[in-house]
Formats: sequence, C-alpha cells, structure tokens
Amino acid sequence: MGIDLIFRIAAIGILVSVLNAVLNKSGRDEQAMMTTLAGLIVVLLLVVKEIVNLFNTIKTMFNF
Amino acid sequence: MEILQIVGLGIVATVIILVVKTQRPEIAIQISIITGIILFLLVAGKLASVIALLEKYTGRVNIDMSYLTVLLKIIGIAYIAEFGAEVCKDAGESSIASKIEMAGKIVIAVLAVPIVTSMLDLIIKIMP
Repeated sequence: MGIDLIFRIAAIGILVSVLNAVLNKSGRDEQAMMTTLAGLIVVLLLVVKEIVNLFNTIKTMFNF
Repeated sequence: MEILQIVGLGIVATVIILVVKTQRPEIAIQISIITGIILFLLVAGKLASVIALLEKYTGRVNIDMSYLTVLLKIIGIAYIAEFGAEVCKDAGESSIASKIEMAGKIVIAVLAVPIVTSMLDLIIKIMP
C-alpha cells in the first residue's frame, strides 16, 4: 500500500514499453502488441483491486 | 506530519507519470488513479474521526439522525462523482466527465427530496 504500488505500476509500464520497442525492432509486431496488452491487463487488475478498496472504504465511512 | 508525505507522494507520482506518458499513456492515467486512491486512503482515518465526532454531537443535541446520514451519503456521492469526473477529465474525456457530474447531481437531488419536503412541511406549519 502506498508508494510501492506506484513504483510497481511504473516499472511494468516502462518494462512493457522497452519490450515493445525491442520486439518492434526485431520485426515481431504481433508479439509487441501482445506484451502491451498483457502489461495493460496486469496494471488494470492492480488498479481495479485498489478502486474496490477505495469504494469499500467510502461505503463504510459514509454508511451508504 | 501527514501533509509532507502526501505532497511528496503527489510530486513523485506526477514525475513518474510524465516519464511513462510518452510511451504508454494508458498506464500513465492508471498511475494517476492509483495516486488519487492512495492519497484519499491516507487521510481516510482522519475523516472518519471527524464524522464520528459529528455523529456524537448530533446524538447529544438530539437532532434526528436520519438527517445526518442523508448528509453523509450526499457527501460520499459528491466525492465519488467528483473523483470519477476528474479521472475522466484527466484522460481527456470531458464529455464523460460532465455526464458523471450530471448523474451525481441527479442522485444527490433524489436523496435530498425527503429533507426538503420535511422542511416545507415545517414552514407550512409555522405560517399563520
């Protein structure tokens, strides 16, 4: 929780963009697309888990 | 000194977003969402204690608790709608942001109806 989450997502983002560049250079464009989508899905899972956490906090705090 | 931690986190996240934004804009927007969530969860504890104080005093002044619960619900809805609208505006989707804000206003208006009716009844009763 906190700063490490931000760094983890930033690391995934940078890794995916580097992999993308490498794969594009070596001509395998569809693998590049696949790694982009995989990175996006991993980050999305992390973000959605935190959004659910936020909504539950708000639900309990403002007694929805 | 929570505020130092909050400002530091915000600045670091903004710099990281700028780094990632050129190659992967979709991951940059998700970092800004996560930063918003973390900043709110940092201050959520303090907000909860303020709300508990409010509830204690409305209980003592024996105001009807339903008014306070509706008020808190409206504040929660306003916060979530504003959070969603700002995220959409950051991503450049200002039309979705305005739709979210409009929906938030409608939900709040619906919630406020019983309070308004009880106030109007009171006024009618007072009128000679």
